[in-house]
Amino acid sequence: MNEMPRAVGARLPRAEIREKVEGRAQYIADLYRPGMLFGALLPSPHAHARIKSYDIREALAVSGVHAVITGDDFGDHRMGAFIKDEHAIAKGKVRYVGEPVAAVAAETEVAAKHAARLVKVEYEELPAILTPEEALAPGAAIIHEGLLSYFKVFDAGSTANICSRTSLTDGDASAWSRCDIVVEGNFTTQPQAHVSLEPCGALAEVDPSGRVTLWSANQSVFRVQANVCESLGLPMAQLRCLTPRVGAGFGNKMEPHIQPIAVKLAMAAGRPVKLILSREEDFEIVRARHPFKLRVKTGALKDGTLVAREVEVLLDGGAYADDSPGVLGYSLFMSQGPYRLQYRKAAGTLVYTNKLRFGAFRGFGNPQVSFAGEQQIDEIAARLGLDPLAVREKNLLPPGEKWFCGAEVPSNGLAECLARVKAASGWTGRAALEPSAPGRKRALGVACTAHISGLLATGAIVRMLEDGSIVLNTGAVDIGQGSDTALTQICAEALKVPMERVRLASPDTDGSPYNWGTTASRVTYTTGRAVVGAAREVERQIKEHASEMLEVAPVDLELRPGGKVGVVGVHDKAVSFFEVSARAHWAKGGPIIGTNSLVFEKPSVDPKRAVAVGLPFPQIGAFAFGALVVDIEIDEVTGKIEVQRAWSAADVGRAINPLAVEGQLEGAFVQGMGLALSEEMVWDGARLANPSLMDYKVPTSLDAPAEINSIIVEAPEPDGPFGAKGVGEIGINVVPAAIANAAASALGIRFNNLPLTPERVLRAMLAT
Amino acid sequence: MSVALKINGQLRQVQAGLGDTLLTVLRDQLLLTAAKRGCNQGVCGACTVFVDGRPVRACLSLAANCEGGEITTLEGLKRDPGMLRLQEAFTTTGAVQCGFCTPGILIAAHWLLGRKPQAEAAEIRAGLSGNLCRCTGYTKIVAAVEAAEASTKAEAPR
Repeated sequence: MNEMPRAVGARLPRAEIREKVEGRAQYIADLYRPGMLFGALLPSPHAHARIKSYDIREALAVSGVHAVITGDDFGDHRMGAFIKDEHAIAKGKVRYVGEPVAAVAAETEVAAKHAARLVKVEYEELPAILTPEEALAPGAAIIHEGLLSYFKVFDAGSTANICSRTSLTDGDASAWSRCDIVVEGNFTTQPQAHVSLEPCGALAEVDPSGRVTLWSANQSVFRVQANVCESLGLPMAQLRCLTPRVGAGFGNKMEPHIQPIAVKLAMAAGRPVKLILSREEDFEIVRARHPFKLRVKTGALKDGTLVAREVEVLLDGGAYADDSPGVLGYSLFMSQGPYRLQYRKAAGTLVYTNKLRFGAFRGFGNPQVSFAGEQQIDEIAARLGLDPLAVREKNLLPPGEKWFCGAEVPSNGLAECLARVKAASGWTGRAALEPSAPGRKRALGVACTAHISGLLATGAIVRMLEDGSIVLNTGAVDIGQGSDTALTQICAEALKVPMERVRLASPDTDGSPYNWGTTASRVTYTTGRAVVGAAREVERQIKEHASEMLEVAPVDLELRPGGKVGVVGVHDKAVSFFEVSARAHWAKGGPIIGTNSLVFEKPSVDPKRAVAVGLPFPQIGAFAFGALVVDIEIDEVTGKIEVQRAWSAADVGRAINPLAVEGQLEGAFVQGMGLALSEEMVWDGARLANPSLMDYKVPTSLDAPAEINSIIVEAPEPDGPFGAKGVGEIGINVVPAAIANAAASALGIRFNNLPLTPERVLRAMLAT
Repeated sequence: MSVALKINGQLRQVQAGLGDTLLTVLRDQLLLTAAKRGCNQGVCGACTVFVDGRPVRACLSLAANCEGGEITTLEGLKRDPGMLRLQEAFTTTGAVQCGFCTPGILIAAHWLLGRKPQAEAAEIRAGLSGNLCRCTGYTKIVAAVEAAEASTKAEAPR
C-alpha cells in the first residue's frame, strides 16, 4: 500500500507561509476599495465628563470630508460580552481619556484627522476615578449610573462602581488549624499592553442591497458581528463580517475596537471607509491586561505538604466591563495552582475606573494570580529548608483528581512536565552554577501552571468538491498562531489525504459555521473536535457511495492514503474520491458535505463540593499543564535581570504541529518576560504617559534569552482531536513567577510587585 | 508635488506633499504593501526598506527626500538569491507567525548577511534588534538566519 506521511504530528510550515515571506499577505491596512474614504477619530480630553453639546459645522466644511458623526447619531444601544454597558462611541458621557467622541470620513487621512480635530464638544467635567480604591470610596462619583439596569449574562452582583464580584470556596476552613506554617502577602501587578505589531483597524462598505460588509483585524468574525449589531441596533443578518490576515491578537482583537464606528461612518458617507488606528490610539483606546492587587495566604505542614490557600483580588476593570468579569472569574478559578489542597477559597471584586477598558490578554488573569501563588510555594520551601521543586513534586494534582471546585480533569501530564524541566535544566546541580562575570548573581527559578482550552460554541463544514478535493470551513480566525495549518492537518489526517488536497475557507459570517473565537487557547481543541466530527461524516458518506459502487457493506471499507476508499484486505478493490464525488454530484445522493457543531458542556463547578457565586462561565474546558525553569543573572551594579536560558514544558495532549507548539511556547515566554521585567503602562493623572513604542518597552531580540527550550509533553485528552489540547496561553502564565523565584533565590529578596525593573531590583538590594 | 522615485528598478511618478512619508507613498499610491505601518515612529522596524542599498525606516523618510535614490522593497527582491534563501529558511524554521513584522525583518536580515555572511547568533540578535516581533520570541528567527547562512555556505563555489 502506498504510505503517505502523516499530517498530525508533522513539523509543517504554515499553510499561508509563501504570502507572508513574500510580503503579499494582506492585513486590514493593506485593503483598498474603489471610492474608499479614510476615517479618523476625535479622542476625549477628559477622563470623566458629561457631553453637553457638539458643533460639527467646521469639520463638515473641510474639503474632502464626507461624514462627521458623534454620539447623537447613535441610538441608545449597548454592547458587551458579559455586561452590556458600552456604546459604539461616547454618548452622553465620556469615561476615559482617549475615548472616541466623534469620527470623520474624508478623502484623505490627513483631511480626516484635520476635520476630526475641528469637531467642538462642550463638556461638563466630573470627578475622575483613577484607582480601584477611589472607585470603592463612599460617595465616589458613579461611572455608570445605569449599571443596575444594564443587561448582564450572569449574576454579577453589580452595585455603585462595582462591576462584578465572584467567590469560590472548596473544602473545610478548619484545615488552617492543621497548618504548621502559614505565609501571607500582598502583591501587585501592572497593566500590560498587548502591542500586536499590527494596530487595530476596520474597513466597512455598504453594498447595493443595503447590507454591510466589514473587514477588520479581529479574533472572531462572529463576535465582531454580534458587537457591531448590538451597538448599532442592526439585525445580525444585515452585516457580513470577513477577515484579512491578522497581525496578531493576544486578546486585544477578540472583543470590539472601532468596528462599529467604521460601519456607522460607511453608512453615513455612502462610501467604503477604512479606519486604522495609530500606535498611540491602539495603546490608548483598545484594551490592556488588568492590574491586580492580591492578598494571598498559603498554609502547609512541616514536611512541605500544602494544606490551604485563600486568595483575595481587586481588579481595575477600566471604563467598560468588556471581558473583565471573565478575567476575574478565571483568575480565581486558577488561583490555587495545579496542586492538591484541602481547603481553598478565592474571592474578588472588579471595579470600574476612568481608564481604558482592561480585558482579555494571553493568560487571562492567570499570570497575575500565579505571580503571587507560585512565589508562596517557594517561600514555604525556603522557610522549611526544602527544595522548592521538591515541594511542588510532593503536591502536584495527581492524574484523575478534579480541579478546584470539582471540574473533571480527564488528562494530566503535569508530573512529566516538571520532571522534564528538572532534568533538562540540571536543577539538582544548580548550586554549582557560576555567574558569567564578576559582579553578577545567578540562580534558577521554577514554577508550575495549568490552563484551560475550551469554552462555548464552534462548528466545521467539510465539503468534497467535484474533483475530490476538500474545502474546510470553520470560521476560526488564525491570528498568526497557526490554527489554519493545525486544522488543515487534522482534516487531512482524518480523511487520509495529502495536506495540499485540503484548502481552508476564509472566515465569513455569511458562509462559515459559528465560531465563538480565537481565544481561551481553544481553536485546536474545540474547533479541531468539530473538524474531526465533520470529516467523519464525510467519511460515512464516502463509504455509503463506495459500498454501492463496490458492492460491499460499508463496514468492510476503509479510507486509504491519498484519497481512495477500498475494501479491507482486498488491495485492488478501491475507488478514488474523485469517482465518489462525481457520482454524488451528478448521479446519486447529492454533493458530499459533512458538518459538525458543538458547545463545551462539561461543568466548571461541582455544586456538591464547592460554592461558586458570580462565576461567569459554568462550562469551561479541558486542562493543559506546564512547568518552567529559568536561569537568570542579576547585575549587582545596575539591578538588571537577564534571562539566560529557559526550559518551558507544556502538556498539550497531542502536538498537532510541534513546530507551531514550540513557537507558541517561545513567544509566550518572551511576552511573559516583558510582563516580568520591563513593560508597564503608566498614567500621568488621567492620561496614559507612555503610549508609544519608544516609551513602552517590549523585549527585543537582544533582551530575549539565547536559549528557550520548548519541551512537549503529550497526555492525550480523551475527546480532543487526536488527543490535542490548547497551547496558546500556557507558556506565559508563570514567567513572572519563575523569574521572581529565581531572583529571590539569588538575592534573598522577595519581589511582590511587578515589573522587576532594574530600578526596583536595585532599590531592594540597597535596602537590605 | 510630483516626485520621481526609482522603486524596484522602475521610475515611478508619485504625488507627495512635504509631509508625506515614503511609507505612505509606497503603500497608498503604489500599492506596495509589504512594508507595514506598525508604529509610524521609527521604532518597530516593520516598514524597513532599502534606499541606496541601506535599510531605512520608510515611516521616517519623507518621500520627496528619496528622489534620485534607489528604493528597493521586499516586492523587488523576488529573484534575489540571498532573499530567496532567507525566505526558504524562515519557512522551514517556523520563524513566521502573524507575519506582520516579517517583511521588515527579512530586509534587516538581508542587510546583515550582506555585510556579515557568517554572523554568529549574538551578532544576528544585535543586527535584528531594531525590528520588533511580538509573536515568536525571536528564537526561530535567529535560527532561520543561521539556516540561511548555512545554505549560502553550502551553495558557495569552492
